[in-house]
Amino acid sequence: MATLHTRTTARFMLSPAVLLLLVWMIVPLGMTLYFSFLRYNLLMPGMEAFAGIENYQFFLTDPAFMDALVNTLLLVGGVLLITVVGGVFLALLIDQPFWGQGIVRLLVISPFFVMPTVSALVWKNMFMHPVNGLFAWVARGFGLAPIDWLASVPLLSIVIIVAWGWLPFATLIILTALQSLDQEQKEAAEMDGAGALSIFAYITLPHLARALTVVVLIETIFLLSVFAEILVTTNGGPGTASTNIPYLIYAQALLQYDIGGASAGGVVAIVLANIVAVFLIRMIGKNLEA
Amino acid sequence: MGAITLDKVTKAFGTMAVIPGVDLEIADGEFVVFVGPSGCGKSTLLRLIAGLEDVTSGAIRIDGSDATRVAPARRRLAMVFQSYALYPHMSVYNNIAFPLKMAGQDKATIRRKVEGAARILNLTDYLERRPGQLSGGQRQRVAIGRAIVREPAAFLFDEPLSNLDAALRVNMRLEISELHQSLKTTMIYVTHDQVEAMTMADKIVVLNAGRIEQVGSPLELYNRPANVFVAGFIGSPKMNLLEGAAAERHGAATIGIRPEHLEVSTGAGGEWSGVVGVVEHLGSDTFLHVQVEGLGPVTARVGGELDIRHGSRVWLTPPPERLHRFGADGQAIRQAA
Repeated sequence: MATLHTRTTARFMLSPAVLLLLVWMIVPLGMTLYFSFLRYNLLMPGMEAFAGIENYQFFLTDPAFMDALVNTLLLVGGVLLITVVGGVFLALLIDQPFWGQGIVRLLVISPFFVMPTVSALVWKNMFMHPVNGLFAWVARGFGLAPIDWLASVPLLSIVIIVAWGWLPFATLIILTALQSLDQEQKEAAEMDGAGALSIFAYITLPHLARALTVVVLIETIFLLSVFAEILVTTNGGPGTASTNIPYLIYAQALLQYDIGGASAGGVVAIVLANIVAVFLIRMIGKNLEA
Repeated sequence: MGAITLDKVTKAFGTMAVIPGVDLEIADGEFVVFVGPSGCGKSTLLRLIAGLEDVTSGAIRIDGSDATRVAPARRRLAMVFQSYALYPHMSVYNNIAFPLKMAGQDKATIRRKVEGAARILNLTDYLERRPGQLSGGQRQRVAIGRAIVREPAAFLFDEPLSNLDAALRVNMRLEISELHQSLKTTMIYVTHDQVEAMTMADKIVVLNAGRIEQVGSPLELYNRPANVFVAGFIGSPKMNLLEGAAAERHGAATIGIRPEHLEVSTGAGGEWSGVVGVVEHLGSDTFLHVQVEGLGPVTARVGGELDIRHGSRVWLTPPPERLHRFGADGQAIRQAA
């Protein structure tokens, strides 16, 4: 890319891809923005009219909105906590040499390949079901009353289901980071008198900082839009107990046929996601600098 | 205090015996160099002493007390690694302070000791930097600083200079030797470079395939190598080792003569005669690679001003008192005294 000529050529060659991506992004965004200012209900076709900020007012003052916002943050935070702590622990375990390491690693990673709807249904019917579920059977084995997980602690249940799916991802990334840790550093720390816990706190954990940042950032992006697990298990209920923002928008659009309100919700979701992103980058982004 | 004794120490990885059995005495305050070709077990031996590897059998005693099963941190040894093994996320100050912090010393003591070590090693201006911002030589000094502050019974160096460029290596070699003079602590130093071994050691341990070939002072090894391996390994350029009829004439299976001891003449007369192949002029010396008839290539070292060119005929004479004679088993044949 040394000369002006090659730079111009490079830009020219890049432009189709860049333009395509731009259009791909700008058209849906523009239409969402446009719809969000319309009174647009699928039950009343042909009655679209400019509504000003009415849709936003409606969405933001909806009592379900605050619940959904809190639920979204709890869902993201809960899953991050479980996957990061559990991922570090699992990665430390399977980094040890033991017999059958290969097959164990494969098994640990496999949940990531199970699609969300399937895993949620398996959890719903085979683990958390109050009559047929494994948890209920275990509870009865101890003489306790079975818990109806999805009815009594719906959000926690969904956090557990989603965390199960994301734990392998965190484990995998942390495991590769662990394996890149210089063994001589650990040996030096050992000679310097550091015990296993000190080595973990002073050597291993700082070394993992960058991998953990990547895990937190990538997971946050996907966890803000968790939808399938909620749809096939609780349908956001009971009430709004397990409704998050994506599910609320879905309900607005396809259960109440209110495209305008749902579009306003979509724009709000974009803004919220960006606020979360700014906070995250402020907090942990410096770990990514070389 | 830092006297270390190895008593019939062996080490096997699985069924592979890396160290078939080593006995060694290291006196307090000695500078001992383990030298040998790569894969000879010298680093493994150092790691056994450090406690980073478990011995398969035998005993390691430090100051008379058995340390064979003692954890590395409790052996009061400090190690400088080949990769330096600095903690990349900590400042130089925290790197040097780490062993003191782990030992639970109070902040004021740590500060005093770290600053003391930094002064000795010229690191005072770099204490707030990260290892990534330092040059190779500075990193090396931080690694040494981290070892010094512990005030260990002995220092262990694992090829510490192999990552430095040639000029810096000579400098650091001097600095480590000076450090040994001022601290008077036992040092065990592993290297594959016989020049480092010769220049720094009080005592050299030559290792080959996990066995000790010879132990002695640099000049002892140079003047009286115990066997063919040591003779070929110590000294630069390498000793000429000759077999066959020329050796039999001196009553040995192999004879050795150092290039610097060969007498070279351009006029007629001498024990061997040959044609000069490559001539290497170093200024102070000239190395002649001579193809001797019936013997093969022989290297000779002569003064820098000698005018000998490619293709000249020269005569070489080994002075008998400088000749090393080895039996068929490779061991040196000593004159019956």
